[in-house]
Amino acid sequence: MSEATITARTASSLPDRVRLRNRRNAADFRLRAYGIAAISTAVGLLGILLFTLVLGGYSAFVQTHIRVDFPIAAENVDPANPAEGNWRAVVSDAMTTLLPGTHSPAETREIAKILTSNTQFFVRNAVIANPSVIGGTLTLDVPAADIFDQLNKGNISRETPEASRRVDDQQIAWFDTLVEQGRVSTPFNWGLFFNADSRFPEIAGLSGAITGSFYALLVCFLVSFPVGIAAAVYLEEFAPKNRWTDLIEVNINNLAAVPSIVFGLLGLAVFLQIFGLPRSAPLVGGLVLALMTLPTIIIVTRNALKAVPPSIREAAYGMGASPQQVIWHHVLPLSLPGILTGTIIGLAQALGETAPLLLIGMNAFITSPPGGLMEASTALPTQIYIWADSPERGFVSRTSAGILVLLGFLLVMNAIAIFLRQRLERRW
Amino acid sequence: MDMVAGKVKMTQQSVNAAMNPTDMLERPIRLTARDVTVHYGAKQALHGISIDIPDRAVTSFIGPSGCGKSTFLRCINRMNDTIEGARVGGTIKLDGEDIYDPALDVVELRARIGMVFQKPNPFPKSIYENVAYGPRIHGLARSRADLDEIVVSSLRKAGLFEEVKDRLNEPGTGLSGGQQQRLCIARAIAVGPEVILMDEPCSALDPIATAIIEELIDELRENYTIVIVTHSMQQAARVSQKTAFFHLGNLIEEGVTEDIFTNPANKQTQDYIMGRIG
Repeated sequence: MSEATITARTASSLPDRVRLRNRRNAADFRLRAYGIAAISTAVGLLGILLFTLVLGGYSAFVQTHIRVDFPIAAENVDPANPAEGNWRAVVSDAMTTLLPGTHSPAETREIAKILTSNTQFFVRNAVIANPSVIGGTLTLDVPAADIFDQLNKGNISRETPEASRRVDDQQIAWFDTLVEQGRVSTPFNWGLFFNADSRFPEIAGLSGAITGSFYALLVCFLVSFPVGIAAAVYLEEFAPKNRWTDLIEVNINNLAAVPSIVFGLLGLAVFLQIFGLPRSAPLVGGLVLALMTLPTIIIVTRNALKAVPPSIREAAYGMGASPQQVIWHHVLPLSLPGILTGTIIGLAQALGETAPLLLIGMNAFITSPPGGLMEASTALPTQIYIWADSPERGFVSRTSAGILVLLGFLLVMNAIAIFLRQRLERRW
Repeated sequence: MDMVAGKVKMTQQSVNAAMNPTDMLERPIRLTARDVTVHYGAKQALHGISIDIPDRAVTSFIGPSGCGKSTFLRCINRMNDTIEGARVGGTIKLDGEDIYDPALDVVELRARIGMVFQKPNPFPKSIYENVAYGPRIHGLARSRADLDEIVVSSLRKAGLFEEVKDRLNEPGTGLSGGQQQRLCIARAIAVGPEVILMDEPCSALDPIATAIIEELIDELRENYTIVIVTHSMQQAARVSQKTAFFHLGNLIEEGVTEDIFTNPANKQTQDYIMGRIG
């Protein structure tokens, strides 16, 4: 053929080509749209969660305080033995003085209850620390009782009829008097972080839970980190490739997916009943969390070890290094960034685990932080669980506040993990 | 020369490197291998290799890809031990001692037989630490001053010292390819080996870096026994005194380099050199 032309292998006519192009572009657009829709849904749900938490919890980060002048009269307090003084009288005398007019004994009791019921102990401790004020006046900012705290924050509406309201008109009138006197303030609620749990929400705090969680995580780290790394190093570097090691690998991967409550049952059966360790102790909590974190650390460490290029190992072997030297001097230091990142993420997961800790009893009502690993304690997630169940109005917002504190810790831990990963990442 | 006129040019360098046959026969033998076989699982990679490696000379292994020359090289310093499922048969003796004797410490063996790999693989540490690692783990230096001396002399012998003397604390991975390979050679020399094995040391380098390394090999052969695997026949001709031709896991022919390239006895060798196979 003299005039043989090569026809291009595209659609034969212009309308066909246009149709193909339009279909392609539409498919591209749809793919991108699905992606954006998915991300928007995820971010939207997360946003709703955070918004609800903040809305519910922000008021717990401030606590209504009332400035009261407490006359420390000699008739109530003996300077020689201040601890045995009549502190209830000190408190009720101070409060009735603030509110003008005569009050019946019943009213006097109600007026004293505007302050938190532990006020007498606060005053007593302040005077014991500073005995020179006996005979004079001590001015303290004392937390208000829960219902007045809620009243001040507007959570108790004044419009509802008195019969169905938590505070009656008389109490509101007293409180308003104190507000007019300029004695009511709402400073930041440091007590949320530094007080232990309490029946009274106005003085309840997370310090016991934070300490308990810290001890439990410490035990978890100290147990799971060395064991996990040693197991992963053995499996990756030394174990022969046969059916037994395959079986072990499958089991470890499965363990990482076991529901955490099963580990709680295991802890209950083994640590509490067979070993006889004390119930609710951070030691037991830490051991149970360690069992949960171990598969994660093993998997993460193995991946980090696999990522070390074989050329480094060959170079080390060629130099006459023994297998143990190759691992200590070359492989582990190079895989450490990956191991650390994975460990921190595993610990962050362990921090938020509630079910296993509930089963070993770390949801007991403890009013002081644990002194050591063997003392009964709560943990952050279980403390939130307890507060969520409590009837007092103040605990509603404190539950959300507790969740926000827990999320804050998780955020910090994950941020550290990301920071470490970026700083220590190596390029061969 | 007439048979291979177009294929291999005997340059001045290789004339210097070349040795006459009587010289080669008189050299003491450092390594002997007898009937060495290697199996990877069920597959046999080497079929009964027997060869003598002369002392303080460069022996090159040539052959097409996959012919087993690297496998045999790795048998000499027992690097195949690190490969799962590799089985080595036959005997290899260094100075009369069987290196596969179970009583022999493989770590000490690898200090006597050093290795340089195809792709330069310095440790992700400083240049100083790279060279100092070997002497440290083998306890060759009694003090910091001793160690400094070993590092400096190894870098000098590898022809790298002048270029890096001001930056010994910088990472070894920051050097150019050719410098990295010389660092690896310095690292191998630092433990004071008797034999240096080189597995295609120049294949990842540019021609100028290659020329520098070949010159270095020529200097090193005065003090070390060198075995080099190369897929470049020109390199083998330039650098080595003895050449062995491998094909499909068999040792086809071995002898003085000049003889192999000018007058090979075996037809397969001739085909390879003429470029008809491989």
